[in-house]
Amino acid sequence: MQLRPILSSLRRHKLAAGLVILEIAVACAILCNAVFLIRDRLARMHVQTGVAENELVWVKTDGIDSDSAAPLVERNLLALRGLAGVKAVAVTQTLPLSNSSMNFNPTMDASGTKQGPNIAMFIGSPGYLQTLGVTLQDGRDFNDADFGGMNSWMPQSPSIIVTRALAERLWPGQKAVGQAFWIDKSRFNVIGVVDHLVRGELRGKASEYVAMFAARPSPMLSSLYALRVDPPARDRVVREATQLLVKLNSQMLISDKGTYAEMRADYFKQDTAMAWLLATVCVALLVVTALGIVGLTSFWVAQRRRQIGIRRAIGASRGDILRYFQTENFLIVTLGIVLGMLLAFALNLLLMTHYELPRLPLYYLPIGALALWLLGQLAVLGPALRAAAVPPVVATRSV
Amino acid sequence: MFAYYLELALHSLKRNKVLTALMVIAIAVGIGASMTTLTVLHQLSGDPLPNKSTQLYYPQLDPTSRNNTSPETQLTYIDAMNLWRAHKADRQTIVVSASIKVFGPQAGAQPMGLSTVATTADFFPMFDVPIDHGSSWVPADDDSKARVAVISKTLNDKLFGGANSIGKSIRLQKWDFRIVGVLGAWHPAPRFYDLYGRGAFAGGDDVFIPFATSRDLADLGIQGNGMDCWNQLTDQIHLENQPCLWLQFWVQLDTVAKADAYRSYLVHYSQEQKALGRYHEDRLLTALPDLMQWLDLNHVVPADVRLQAWVSFGFLFVCLLNTVGLLLAKFLRRAPEVSVRRALGASQRAVFAQFLVEAGLVGIAGGIVGLLLALLGLWAVRHTPADYAALSHLDLRMLLTTFVLAIVASLLAGLLPAWRACQVAPALQLKSN
Repeated sequence: MQLRPILSSLRRHKLAAGLVILEIAVACAILCNAVFLIRDRLARMHVQTGVAENELVWVKTDGIDSDSAAPLVERNLLALRGLAGVKAVAVTQTLPLSNSSMNFNPTMDASGTKQGPNIAMFIGSPGYLQTLGVTLQDGRDFNDADFGGMNSWMPQSPSIIVTRALAERLWPGQKAVGQAFWIDKSRFNVIGVVDHLVRGELRGKASEYVAMFAARPSPMLSSLYALRVDPPARDRVVREATQLLVKLNSQMLISDKGTYAEMRADYFKQDTAMAWLLATVCVALLVVTALGIVGLTSFWVAQRRRQIGIRRAIGASRGDILRYFQTENFLIVTLGIVLGMLLAFALNLLLMTHYELPRLPLYYLPIGALALWLLGQLAVLGPALRAAAVPPVVATRSV
Repeated sequence: MFAYYLELALHSLKRNKVLTALMVIAIAVGIGASMTTLTVLHQLSGDPLPNKSTQLYYPQLDPTSRNNTSPETQLTYIDAMNLWRAHKADRQTIVVSASIKVFGPQAGAQPMGLSTVATTADFFPMFDVPIDHGSSWVPADDDSKARVAVISKTLNDKLFGGANSIGKSIRLQKWDFRIVGVLGAWHPAPRFYDLYGRGAFAGGDDVFIPFATSRDLADLGIQGNGMDCWNQLTDQIHLENQPCLWLQFWVQLDTVAKADAYRSYLVHYSQEQKALGRYHEDRLLTALPDLMQWLDLNHVVPADVRLQAWVSFGFLFVCLLNTVGLLLAKFLRRAPEVSVRRALGASQRAVFAQFLVEAGLVGIAGGIVGLLLALLGLWAVRHTPADYAALSHLDLRMLLTTFVLAIVASLLAGLLPAWRACQVAPALQLKSN
C-alpha cells in the first residue's frame, strides 16, 4: 500500500480532514475523562460496608423519650423477634452509609495530651454484631456484662470493638485486643476486632475508622431498629415490623424504613445518576463521531468516483480501493488520537484542579486509541465498500 | 433575495435527505443535552429573592479557639441573642430547624414528622413570606415565649382542608400551639434561610414557631442539623451556655452605608467579647456576606451539576465540529453550481448569504428537535431521586436561550463552509467541467 497518494490527496482536503481530526481529538479527550470519571464513581460504589447487606432491614422511629424507654424498647425487640423470617433484632444509633454519624476524637493516653484521629461511634443493644452481620477477626464479641447504661450520649461500658482499619491506624504492627483509648478521662478497652464496618458516610481512608460501643436501650438508644431476616422475607418484614411498632406504641412516628439495599442505593443515588449520564454522553459521542466519519467519507467517495474508475481501469483491484479508504481513515484517526491524548491530559489537569480527581492513568491511552481506531474502521467500511464497487467503466464516461 | 435563498436552501436540503437528517440530529442532540444541564444549573443557581437579595446579609463571627482562617458559619446562642437584642439592623432574625413530631386536631390521628422552623417575628416581613390567613406573630410573642405557630399552606390543606384555621391548635410532641397564621404558596429554592437544616433543595417547611418558645420547650429538640461544638458538651438539651455553633442569623440592611456600619459593628462586637474574655483569638475574624455570596460560600449548587453542564457543552462542541465538516463537504461539492452562479453575476457576498441561510435552516430544525430532546431530558431529570429534581422545568427564558443557542451555533458552524464555498474560482471550475 502506497501512502504517497493518500497523503497528497489529504493535503488537498486540509480543512475537511483537519475538522475530522479535531472532532476525533475532542471526542477522545472527553471519552477518556468521562470513562475515568465513571470508573471513579463505580469504585466508590463498590465499597464493602461489612454488614450482611442482603439480610438487613431497618425501621427508624422518633425514639422513646421517657424513663420507661428501656422496658418499652425491650418489649418492641421481643415482639419484632417473633415475626416470621426474623433471625436477630437490635436497636442501634446508626448504620453504615446512613448519612448520619456521631464522631469523636479520642486521646491515646490517660493525661489527654496525645490526640487520636476522628472516629465514628456505633452503639447497639445486645446482639447487634450478629444482627448487623459483622464478622469478628480477633478477640471476642460483647457478652451480657459488657452492656451498660448511657451517660447522655456516652456509653458507660468500657468495652469496645474496633475495625481492623482503625486498629492498624491506632496501633500499627501491634495486637489491638487489650489496647485502650480515652474519651474525656474515661478509658475504653478493645476486646475485639472486626473485619470491616463503614461509618455513616464515606471519608476516603477514614471511612472505616469505626469503634463499636455496647449499651442497653435508653432514650438515647431507642430510635433505629435493625432486623436480620431471610432475604426473601425482607419486604414483608419491613411492612410487618412497621405495623407492629405502630400497634405497640400508639404515638410512635415512623420516620423512615426500608431494606439495607435501599439505604445503600440511596447513598449512591447521585453517583449512579452521574455515571449513567456520563455513559450516555460517551455512547452519543461515539455515535456522532462515527456518523461524521461516514458522512464525510461518503462525500469523498462520491467526489472521487471518476478517479476511482480510472484507477480501476488501469488495474487497481477492488481490494486496493477498499484499502485506500481504510488507510486514509487510519491516518486521520491516528492524527486525531495523538492530538486527543494531549487534550485528554489537559482536560484531566483542569478537572483535577476543580474536582477531587486523581491523575488519568496512562493505560487509558492505548485502550482509548484502540477503541477509536476500531470505530473509525467500522464507520469507514460502508462508504469504502461503495467506493470499491465503482465499476471501471465510469472512467470512460464524462460527468 | 432572502426568499430565493430560502427556496434554494430547502431544495438543496431535500436533495440529500440522509445527510440533512444527520446534521439536524447532531445539532439537536448537542442542543438537547446542553439545554437540559444548563436549565438545571440555571435553576439551582438562581436568586431565591430577586427583589431583596442585595439587602439581606448573614453575619459571621469567630468565637472558637480553632485558629480558623475564616469566621464560623453559624452562631452560638449567646452571640445570636446579643446581635438580635442589639437591633443594629433594619430587621434581624434567628433561624434553626428540625423535624418534629406533630399531631393534627383529630383525636387518635397518626403523628407526622414535619419540618419545623424556630425563628423570630422579623422572619416573615424580611423574607417577603406571603400570608393567606391571619398574620405572623408579633415581637411581643417572642418576648413572652408564646405558644403560637404559623403553618404552611400545604399543612393547612392537609389538616383543615384549606379552611381558615386561625385559632385552632396543633400539637408539637406534647405541647399545644395556637395557629395564628397560614402561609400562602411559598417555595423558595434553594431554602436559602436555612442551609444547615435539611438539604438546600428539600421541600418547604411546614411549621414556624417563635425561637424563644423553642428554647423554653428545649425538649422539642430544635437544634438544626449541623451543630458544631468545639468543646465537650455538658448538656445535650439546653444549649444556651454550651460551646456550640448551631444558629443561623440574618439581617436586613437597606443601604450599602448601613451594611458598612454593620460590618464595623461586628468588629466592635468581637473586640468587646474579647475584652469580656469570651473570645480568645489574636486575629478576630468577622464577615458579612450578602445572600448570593452566602449561597456561593456554601456551595449550594452541587459540583456534579456544574460538571454535567461542562460535559454536555463539550459534547455540543463535538456535534458542531461534525456539522461543520459535513456542511463543508456538502458546500464544496456544489462548487460547479457556485461557479455558474458566480459567472452569471452573483457576488461573493450573495453566495455567502445563500449558504448561511442553508446553515441557519439546519440550525432552526436542530433547535426544534433539540428543544423536544431537552424537554425529554428534563422529564428524565425530574424522575431522578435528586433533591433538586422537582425544580427542573423549562421556563420562557431558557426556551428562548435554546433557540438562540441553536441558531448561533449552526450559523457559526456554517461560517467556515460558506466562506470556503464563496472562495470558489468560477473560471477553473467551469473549465474542468
